[in-house]
Amino acid sequence: MTLRFSRKQLIIPYSLFMVLFVVIPLLFIVYYAFTDGSTGGFTFGNFLKFFSNSTSLSTLIISIGIAILTTVVCLLIAYPIAYILARSNFKKKNVLLMLFVLPMWINFVLRINALREFLDLIGLLNKAHLFNTVLGMVYDFLPFMILPLYTTLIKMDKSLIEASADLGGNAFTTFTKVTLPLSLPGIVSGITMVFMPTMTNYVISDTLGLGHITIIGKLIEDCFGSRNDWYLGSAIALVLLFIIFISMLFTGGFKDEENGARGAGIW
Amino acid sequence: MSAKSKKIIELINIGKEYDETVAVENFNFYVKKGEFVTFLGPSGCGKTTTLRMIAGFEMPTSGKILLNGEDITNLPPHKRPVNTVFQRYALFPHLDVYDNVAFGLKLKKVRVVMEDENGNRFERFEKLTRDEIDEKVKNALKIVDLEGFEDRNINTLSGGQQQRIAIARAIVNEPEILLLDEPLGALDLKMRKEMQIELKEMHRKLGITFIYVTHDQEEALTMSDTIVVMKDGMIQQIGTPMDIYNEPKNAFVADFIGESNILSGIMTDKFKVKIAGQIFDCVDDFAKNERVDVVIRPEDIEMVEPEEGTLVGKVISTVFKGIHYEMTVKVGKNEIIIQNTDERQPGQTIGLKVAPQNIHIMAKEFTTNLFDGYVTKKNTVVFGDGEYEADLTQLYPNSTIDEEGYIVTQSGEKIDLTDVDVTVEVGIKDIEIDDNQEEANAVGQIVSIIYKGDHYQVMVRTENEEDYVVDTEYLWNEFDTVGVKIKPSKIKLKLKQEADKK
Repeated sequence: MTLRFSRKQLIIPYSLFMVLFVVIPLLFIVYYAFTDGSTGGFTFGNFLKFFSNSTSLSTLIISIGIAILTTVVCLLIAYPIAYILARSNFKKKNVLLMLFVLPMWINFVLRINALREFLDLIGLLNKAHLFNTVLGMVYDFLPFMILPLYTTLIKMDKSLIEASADLGGNAFTTFTKVTLPLSLPGIVSGITMVFMPTMTNYVISDTLGLGHITIIGKLIEDCFGSRNDWYLGSAIALVLLFIIFISMLFTGGFKDEENGARGAGIW
Repeated sequence: MSAKSKKIIELINIGKEYDETVAVENFNFYVKKGEFVTFLGPSGCGKTTTLRMIAGFEMPTSGKILLNGEDITNLPPHKRPVNTVFQRYALFPHLDVYDNVAFGLKLKKVRVVMEDENGNRFERFEKLTRDEIDEKVKNALKIVDLEGFEDRNINTLSGGQQQRIAIARAIVNEPEILLLDEPLGALDLKMRKEMQIELKEMHRKLGITFIYVTHDQEEALTMSDTIVVMKDGMIQQIGTPMDIYNEPKNAFVADFIGESNILSGIMTDKFKVKIAGQIFDCVDDFAKNERVDVVIRPEDIEMVEPEEGTLVGKVISTVFKGIHYEMTVKVGKNEIIIQNTDERQPGQTIGLKVAPQNIHIMAKEFTTNLFDGYVTKKNTVVFGDGEYEADLTQLYPNSTIDEEGYIVTQSGEKIDLTDVDVTVEVGIKDIEIDDNQEEANAVGQIVSIIYKGDHYQVMVRTENEEDYVVDTEYLWNEFDTVGVKIKPSKIKLKLKQEADKK
C-alpha cells in the first residue's frame, strides 16, 4: 500500500500549533481566572476583586481613555498622509511610504527611550505625563494606522472618483460621499491595530509617564510579577479579552470582508 | 439655423501630450445637437483621451473646447453638463441601485423663480425634493428596463444589469451630451448586439447628443450618425457610416472598416486603372501614371466564368461564413478575397469582374521614407534611430573618398563631412526587416500591418518614435520586435546645406 498524502493532512501542523500555543494557554488563563488562590476551588472572587477595587477600575478607564485618544490622534494624522501618498503622482511614493514605516524596524524600546531623552531635553518629561504617554503611543503605532489606510486608498478604483466628479460632485462631496465611505475598511483595520495594543503597552506608559500613568497591561504584569497573584492577573486578562472582543464586534472586525481590504496586501 | 444643426460641442486644434508622447494631435471637430457620433480606432489611437477631455478628466495641452459656443476648456468635470458611462461602469459599490442613480440628482441644484409677498420675482437655487428625485430615478430605471431594482446591492447585479445602471445614472441627470467609453466592451456578443439596438433606441427617444468610443467597427457602423476614424492621435476620416465604408480616404480606414482588398495600382489613363496586370474602368480621377492604392470590398467582386472575367485566378481557399462563402483567389502574385453565396472549390479557376463604381482609388500614402540624419566621423549616416553604411560620394558628383576619410570632389577639394546634416530617402521596398536584432542597424516594433494583395505594408516604430514604412512579402505580427537593415546603395542622401570646405 502506498502512503497517501492528502491536502487535508496539511492542516495537522497548524492545528498542533494552535492547540499548543493558543488553546491550551487560553484554557490555563480561564482556569486561573476562576480559581480561588487559597482553596483551589471554583470562584468568581477574582473578578469581584478587580471590579470592587477603585484603583484597578480607574486603571481600566484610563487605559481605555488613552487607547481612544491615541487611536483618534493616529487616525487624524495618518489619513491625510495616506491620502496624499496614495493620490500623488510622485513616482517614488514607495520610498516616502517606507520613510513613514521605517521606525517600525528599529527596536521600539530604543525609540521610546530616545523620545524620553528628547522630552527630558526640552523639559517636558516631568511635566506632562499623560501627554507624553499618548505622544509615545502615537509615535509607536502611527505606521499601523498608515499602512491599512494607504492600502485601501491605493486600491480604490480611480474611476469612482471620476464618476463622482462627472455626476456633479466637487472635491469635498467626492471625499465625503465616495472616498471616505470606501476607505472605511482601512479605517476599521487601522483602529483595531492601534486601539488594542495601546491598552496593554505598558513599556511606553512606564518610560514616558514615569510611573504616574498605569495602564491595564501594567496591572497584569504586576499580578504575574511583583504581586505574584496569577489568579487575579488571569481574571484581568480575561476582562481585557472581553473588552477587545466587544470592540471588535463594534468595528466589524469579525465580519467576512467582501473586498478583503483589512490591511490586505501589505501584511 | 435649425436646432438640429446647431453645433453643441466644438474641438478646436485640440492636442494632448503626456511627458514626451503625443496622445492626440491637431484635433478639429464639431458635433451637432442630437447627433450620435462615434470615435473609432485601434487601441492607443487617442479616442478615449479625446472623450476624457470632453468630460473634463484630462486637460488638453493645446487648443480649445467650446460647448454651445462657450469656452469650457478649463472647466472642471463637475461643472460640465455632460455625463459619462464608464468602460468598467464605475458604479459606487457602497451604495445601492437607487443611491447610485440618485447620486447626481442629490447634488444638483435647479433654478427656481419665486415671488415674495410684495410680488417681486427673484431666483433661487434649490435642491430637488425627495419626491422629484424618486420620480426621476424611477423613470431612468424604466428606460433601462430595470424597474423595481432600487434596493438591490450593486454587487448582486450581472454585468449587463450593471451596464444599464451605469447608463441610468448618467441619463437621469439629463445631460446635454452623453459620453460613452466603450460601454459594451465587457459584455458577451449577444448581449452587446441587444444593447447596441437599445442604445440607439434610447438615443432616438431621449434626443441627447451621444459621443461614443469604440474599437469595434461593426458597432460604429450600426449605431452612429457620424464616425470619426482615428489613428495615432489623428483623425483619418470623418463621415457617415456609408461614406466611411464606401469611400475610405486611405488604406488604413479601408483596412480597419470591414474586410477589404487593398491592391497596388497604376493609372494608365483618365478613369482607367491597372490592377494585377489588367486595366479596369473606374470613376476616380487621378493623374496618369500615378501609383495608387485600390480598395475593392470582397462583396463587390463578381464571380464569373473564366473567359468573361477581367481577372482570372485560382481559388485557394473557401470558408463558409453563414450568409456567404469567403474565398481567397490567387490572381498572379495577388491574393484577392471575394464573398459570394455560390461556392467554388479550391483549385477551380474562376473569372472576376468589378463594376467601375466599386473600385475605390486612393492616393498612395507612402511611396518613400524620409528621415533627417547626420554623417558621423566614421563616414556612416545616423538616421531613424540607427547607424547605416551609405555611399557618401553621391553628395558630390564624381567625388571619391581618400584614405583619411575626407571626401575629395571632382575639382580636388577636400571636405570633412563629420556632423553634417543630411536628408535621407529610402524607398519602402528597399528596407529589409528580420528577426536578427543583433546585426540590424535599427530595432523597432511593428505598429501596423496592412495587406496589399501581393505584399504587406508594415510600419516599424523605434524606441524614439522613428517610423519606417516597409513593404514585405512576409507576414509579421503586430508588436513583433524586428531589426531594420538597408543596403548602402539604397540610401539616397541630400545635403541640407553646404558642408565646410577643408
